[in-house]
Amino acid sequence: MTGWDFSPARFWAMVVKEFVQMRRDRLTFAMMVGIPLLQLILFGYAINSDPRHLPTAVILADNGRQGRTLLNAMQNTTYFDFVRQFKTESEGHEALARGDVQFVINIPENFTRDLLRGDRPSILVEADATDPGTTSNAIGSLNVLLNTALQNDLKGPLAFLAGTPGPIDLRVHALYNPEAITQYNIVPGLIGVVLTMTMVMITALAITRERESGTMENLLSMPVRPLEVLIGKIIPYILVGYIQIGLILFAAHFLFRVPMAGSLPLLLIITFVFIIANLAMGVTFSTVAENQRQAIQMGFFFFLPNILLSGFAFSFRGMPDWAQAIGELLPLTHFLRIVRGILLKGNGLAEVAPEIWPIALFTVVALAIGVKRYRQTLD
Amino acid sequence: MNDELAIDVRGMTKRFGNRTVVNHIDLQVHTGEICGFLGPNGSGKTTFIRMLCGLLRAEAGSGTVLGYDVITESDAIKLRAGYMTQKFSFYEDLSIFENLDFVARMYSIEDRREAVAESVERLGLGERKDQLAGELSGGWKQRLALAACMIHRPKLLLLDEPTAGVDPQARRDFWEQIHQLAGQGLTFLIATHYMDEAERCHRLAFILNGNLLAQGTVAEILEQTHLTTWSVSGSKLLELAEQLRGQPGTQQAVAFGNTLHVSGDDSDALERIIAPFRTEHYEWRRIDAGLEDVFIHLMERSKERESS
Repeated sequence: MTGWDFSPARFWAMVVKEFVQMRRDRLTFAMMVGIPLLQLILFGYAINSDPRHLPTAVILADNGRQGRTLLNAMQNTTYFDFVRQFKTESEGHEALARGDVQFVINIPENFTRDLLRGDRPSILVEADATDPGTTSNAIGSLNVLLNTALQNDLKGPLAFLAGTPGPIDLRVHALYNPEAITQYNIVPGLIGVVLTMTMVMITALAITRERESGTMENLLSMPVRPLEVLIGKIIPYILVGYIQIGLILFAAHFLFRVPMAGSLPLLLIITFVFIIANLAMGVTFSTVAENQRQAIQMGFFFFLPNILLSGFAFSFRGMPDWAQAIGELLPLTHFLRIVRGILLKGNGLAEVAPEIWPIALFTVVALAIGVKRYRQTLD
Repeated sequence: MNDELAIDVRGMTKRFGNRTVVNHIDLQVHTGEICGFLGPNGSGKTTFIRMLCGLLRAEAGSGTVLGYDVITESDAIKLRAGYMTQKFSFYEDLSIFENLDFVARMYSIEDRREAVAESVERLGLGERKDQLAGELSGGWKQRLALAACMIHRPKLLLLDEPTAGVDPQARRDFWEQIHQLAGQGLTFLIATHYMDEAERCHRLAFILNGNLLAQGTVAEILEQTHLTTWSVSGSKLLELAEQLRGQPGTQQAVAFGNTLHVSGDDSDALERIIAPFRTEHYEWRRIDAGLEDVFIHLMERSKERESS
């Protein structure tokens, strides 16, 4: 017998055995089919590196025809969707901070007059550049647009204005991340991603490990309640979560020089809700899974949409509505807005509060399923 | 021993799919009794015990365990009964002390520290209390498991093959302990398939394929089966066994060391069968049937009934 022996009969026996095992393990089979499918769908349809229809607010201080032409032209690029109109700049800033809009376009007083006089009036475009990927193409389109949009209006006596260097002075303020440094966006986001991955995984193994090692039988013969088991298994990992946050924040500050505009204590407090949400999810997986392997697979299954649809890897606003709708369900999506808001925008509790309750709701639902699924007997 | 029943259940039934694992079993065990629960592997012993302590839902059946309804009050039963699983099911990555402490906390024992210390002391685990449970040998694991399931001072202990894989000395010590505890009023239901252990029990229940075949004291069970056993010694016992086995009326011809035990439930028929072989080559002696003879007899009879 050498290592090169090959027996077709033994080979076939292996094949048959593997097939039988695969057929018995339906979840693994579903995952093997599900993961490639999911990736195809997500990469094929959901990921858009050229996001359009970005919510935009306008501060229109001049009602002249040219200003409106300009706005129409911007809407026609399909990059901008005008969703709000504000009277003051501070209203615009608040909307940006909350993340309600991506851009605020400022058409100043006397725009038409100055344009007609040839004074090259300014248009101020303020952009939420937390994620540079979302805004860069839209801003790029503006430069082209401003030179062509007014061509129809600037005819006859106004034709002299249509010449170079352009009738309008475009000023773009990339707020929060003026140099468009990708790390500023990615590193705070990593806090959420790492927590999601590890918290869900660790706890997903919790109950299944008990069941596999036989200790579940003992646990069930003792007078302990499902919620005690579930929450009891969650608590130690909260500490682990905070250690991870500490490490990432440390790296963010000292390695990537990510600005920390907002309140660190506020961030740490809100993170608690997020950690609990992921642990609840993990524990719930572990009550559903038959063994540890399945639990890990379910963890990955949860992790994939979290990475792709939360706005971590790709621009949230670049995704179609249905993908955004799924993203809104995930705790990571909301946590990313919170962590980027606090660190980069300097948001306070008032601005991030609307993102907290979806995470809390998710936690309650996940834990409820976990408690319901937890079996009190060995049946 | 007194007249109170620690276990009094009737018609306990459990099916997995359409396979009946436990089939209408009645069992009565008095307080302070050691009841041996016998049966081959897969006969339903574990399933029955799990039903008693609420780990499995019974399909049918009623009765009480420690005075609590076996179907509806399993939480109360869990608080007062200890269950030692067949496979070691404490945490291998915890030390002896940590395991005991965990269990003590689970039962919210008031004087937890003393209870744990006492339990460590009583079971002679003192020097090893910081050793990881996973590193212990079979005998020590079994001691730990017994200590752990007694830490909440249960009135009833359900032990599922507690001495499997344990050496003879440790087994003997274990049974000494069981008898001491029973003397203090604890009730035991012990699943086993060791006959020597069965003989140490006050009462026995014999289960096969989910059916209860016999119940009673050792003497009662021997009495019930009316088994006659002859012991033969001599040469060519193997050939003799072959010849005897073919005869109706001989239920068993089993080798025991240098002798052969021949048993049947009709003593006259058996005597007629062995008559031709009572020659100078063999030495025949009538003996009392042992428990093992009885149980093998019960199993054979049950098989015959099934096939007929």
